[in-house]
Amino acid sequence: MSPLSNDLKLGRRDFLKGSLLASGGLLIGVTLTGCGKAAPVGPGGSPVAWLHIGGDNSITIIIDKSEMGQGVYTSLPMLIADELDVPLSMVKVEFAPADKAFINVFLGTMITGGSTSIREGWSKLRTAGATARAMLVGAAADAWKVDPTQIKVADGKLTGPSGQSATFGEMADAASKREAPKDAKPKDVKDLKLVGTATKRLDTPNKVDGTAEYGIDVKLPGLKYAALSQSPVLGGKVKSVDSTTAEKMPGVIKVVTTSSGVVIVADHYWQAHVARDALKISWDDGVNAHLSTASIRAGLANAKGAPLTARKDGIGAAGVKGGKKTVSATYELPMRAHATMEPMNCTADVRADGCDIYVGTQIQQIAQATAAAAAGMAPEKVGVHTTLLGGGFGRRLEVDFIPAAVEASKAIGAPVKLIWTREDDFTHDAYGPPAHNSATAALDASGNPSAVHLNVVGPSITARMFPPVVAKPGTVDPFMVEAAANYLYDVPNVQVDVLRHEIGINVGFLRSVSHQLNAFMVESFMDELAHSAAKDPFEYRRALLIKQPRAKRVLEEAAARSGWGKAPAGTHQGIAVMEGYGTYLAAVADISLVDGKAKIGKITCVVDCGQKVNPSIVESQIVSGMVFGLPQALWSEVTLEDGKVQQSNFDSYRVARMNDVPTLDVLLLDSTEAPGGIGEPSVAVVAPAIANAIFAATGKRVRDLPLAKSGLV
Amino acid sequence: MITLKINGRALETDASPDTPLLWVLRDHLGMTGTKFGCGKSLCGACTVHVDGSATRSCVTPVENVVGKEIRTIEGLSKDRSHPVQQAWMELDVPQCGYCQSGQIMSATALLERNPNPTDADIDSAMAGNICRCGTYPRIRAAIHKAADLMKGAAK
Repeated sequence: MSPLSNDLKLGRRDFLKGSLLASGGLLIGVTLTGCGKAAPVGPGGSPVAWLHIGGDNSITIIIDKSEMGQGVYTSLPMLIADELDVPLSMVKVEFAPADKAFINVFLGTMITGGSTSIREGWSKLRTAGATARAMLVGAAADAWKVDPTQIKVADGKLTGPSGQSATFGEMADAASKREAPKDAKPKDVKDLKLVGTATKRLDTPNKVDGTAEYGIDVKLPGLKYAALSQSPVLGGKVKSVDSTTAEKMPGVIKVVTTSSGVVIVADHYWQAHVARDALKISWDDGVNAHLSTASIRAGLANAKGAPLTARKDGIGAAGVKGGKKTVSATYELPMRAHATMEPMNCTADVRADGCDIYVGTQIQQIAQATAAAAAGMAPEKVGVHTTLLGGGFGRRLEVDFIPAAVEASKAIGAPVKLIWTREDDFTHDAYGPPAHNSATAALDASGNPSAVHLNVVGPSITARMFPPVVAKPGTVDPFMVEAAANYLYDVPNVQVDVLRHEIGINVGFLRSVSHQLNAFMVESFMDELAHSAAKDPFEYRRALLIKQPRAKRVLEEAAARSGWGKAPAGTHQGIAVMEGYGTYLAAVADISLVDGKAKIGKITCVVDCGQKVNPSIVESQIVSGMVFGLPQALWSEVTLEDGKVQQSNFDSYRVARMNDVPTLDVLLLDSTEAPGGIGEPSVAVVAPAIANAIFAATGKRVRDLPLAKSGLV
Repeated sequence: MITLKINGRALETDASPDTPLLWVLRDHLGMTGTKFGCGKSLCGACTVHVDGSATRSCVTPVENVVGKEIRTIEGLSKDRSHPVQQAWMELDVPQCGYCQSGQIMSATALLERNPNPTDADIDSAMAGNICRCGTYPRIRAAIHKAADLMKGAAK
C-alpha cells in the first residue's frame, strides 16, 4: 500500500497543531516577513511549515494551494522533493491551514487563483527544499566529522565518504538544532531530476476508488445536514417565513433564518431538501426586482463616464483619426456560470471554544474571516480545513456558501453540513462578468494598423472582492484589462481604455477572467483588420509580432502544425494568439459547415509556458481549458428576467459533453523561460479561433458570444 | 427498515422509501464515493450499477431497488485492481476527480456489455457524464486501454 493511500482524507488534519510537532524532527517554515525565505521552525515554534521530516523518516510536504484539478497536490511537492532528492513515493502531502505565512506573494492573501501556483512556488518551494537539504547535510557532516561537500544525498538517504549512511529521519533532530542557512540555493535547473518529468499524479489513486474526500463528503460525529432557501431575485432578502409545516416534517431539527436565506437543518440531507419545499417564504425582492439581461446590456452599451487609460503608446487613440482607412467593431460578451461539478457546500462546527469549517475553498483567510464574523468569534478561533475541491474555476474564491452553515451550526449547537442544490448553484453564482468591448483602428497605406484603440466596458470584480486594489481614484482594475493592456502587436499608437460600469449583481472571477472577454475582442478584431487589408490572417499577425518572439513562435508553430492555408476543401480555419499568465499560446480551429452551421472538427493549440514542472499535468490543463472554453464560445449564457436567473441546471445551461469535443491537438514547446500559468490561458483562445473560422467559412463576422446566437453553430 | 444488496452485502437503512438511492448511499450508509451533481439525471456524477445497468442514483427512489444488485464505486474492487481503475491510473485521467466515480461506473457498464467499443460507442455511452475539467480525451483513451486490459485478462 502506498504511503499516500490515506492522504486525501482529513484524518490527520490536526497534524500541524499537535502530533508531529510533539514528535520532534525538522520543520522548515517560512519567516513571516520575508517573501518565501525559508527558515527553520522548531518544535514549539510557529506551527507553519513547508515540510516536516520526522524522526521516523516520514517526509511531509505542506502545500499552500488548494487542489482543484490543476495538479498542485503533485507539482508543488515535486518542487520540494527534487531539492531533497527524495522520490515522491516517500512523501506525504498535507493542505496548509489558513495562515498569513502562506500568503500568495503574487496576490497578497492566501489564494489559489490567477494561475499562480507554480509561478509563485517555483523559487519559494525549491528554496525551502534546498534549506532542508543543507541542514540535513550539515548535521550529517558534523556527526561524521567530514566536510559537507563530501556528503551525497539520494533517495532520502545521506551517505558519507567512508560509507557512513543515515536516513533523513535519523538526522532530523540534529538538523533542527542547526542555524538555517540564509543562502541555500536551489539546484541549477539543468540538475533537476523530477521536475520536468511526466510524473504520475499523487491524487489519482484516491480519485478512482471513491475515497478522495471533497467538502461534500466530510464526516463528523453528530453531523446534521442542511438545505438553504435563497431569494429567487438576486440580492433579495427574507421578509417573513412560515415554517409551521416544514418543522413538522420527518427529521427536521430546526429552521433558521440566516443572513443568506432560510436554512432547514435535519438528521439527513434529503429530509432537509424535501422540507425546504414546504417553507412559505415572503421575499423582499429589493432593487433588482426588474433587472434583466436586456437592461444590463443596454446599461453597458450606454455607459457614461470618463474611461481610465490602462495603456497609451505614441499618441494613442488620437492616432486613429489620421488613418487612410478606419475599422471599428463592438463585441458583446455574456454572463456565464462556473458550474463546478461539486455544488457549493460547507460543513461548520461551532462550539463555545471555537469553530472549524471543512470546505473546498480557494481563499482560506477570507473563508476564515467570513466564518468568524458569522460565528461571532475572532478569526484565530476558526480552523479552516481545506478539502479537495470538486472544481474551482474561481467559484470557490467566493465565500457566500459559508455563513449560512456557520449560523446554522451555531443555532443548533452541532456540526452542520450545508449543501446547495445544482439549482441553487446556477441561480446564485457570482457570474463571469458581461462586457461591451469596442475596438477602432486606423490602417496605413500598406494595410497595417497605425493606431489601435481598445475600449473595455464592464463591471469590476475587484471592486467588490479586493476593494483596496482599486480604491484610489484613477486606478485601473488590472483584472479588467487582461489580454488587452498587454496588446502584443507592433503598432505605433495604442490606447487601451477601461470604463467600470456596475450591473447591480455580483460578478466573479471565472477561469481566465477577462482574458476571454478581451482576447475575443483583440483576436476577432485582428482578423477584421487582416481582411480589411486583404491579407492572410496568419501572415498579417506574424508580420506584426516581429518584436514578440515567443508570440511569433507559437503562432508559427500553430500554423505549421494545423496545416494553415492547406486545409482540404470544405475545411475552414481561424487563428488566434495570446499571452496570459506568462504563457504564450496560439490556437487554430478547423471547422466545416453542415446545413449552414459550423461543425468544429479540430482545435490545435501550441503553448510556450516556459519551463514545465510536470508536462503531463500541463497538457491536461491546456486540454481542460479548451474544453472549458468551447461551450463558452458556442452556447453558454446566463440570462436574467425580473432579477431571476433563467438557467437552473445542465438542461438549460449547456456545457461540453464528451460527444461535443472535437479533436484537440496540443503541442507544448520546449522553453527555458520562467514557468507561466497553465490553468487558465487556453480557455480564452477558443472563441476567437472558432469565430474567425466561421468568418472564413461564411463571410459573416460574429461579434456576440455565445456564437450560437448567430444561428451559425 | 429497508434492506439493500450493495456490493454483495446486505445493508439496512431507515431512510424513507422515496429517498433517492444517492442520499441513502451517501448519508445513511456513509458511502460517499458516489457523488451528487445535479439531482436531475443530467450529469452522471451519481452513476451506480443496478443489476448491471448504469443508473442515475439521484433520481432513483430507494424503494425501486430493493432486491436488486447495487454496485457502487466502492464495490468495483478492493484494491483498485479493476481494469477500468487500472486504465484510469495508467493514463492519469482525473483532474478535480469529482465526476470520476460516475465516469468509471458508466465506462464499466459500457465495457461489460460491449468489450470492444468504438469511439462512437464511447461517445454515446458517456454523453450523460459531464466533466467540467475536460478529461474527456483521456477518458476515451482509458476506456480503450481498459478494453485491452480486460481482453488480456480473459486470455
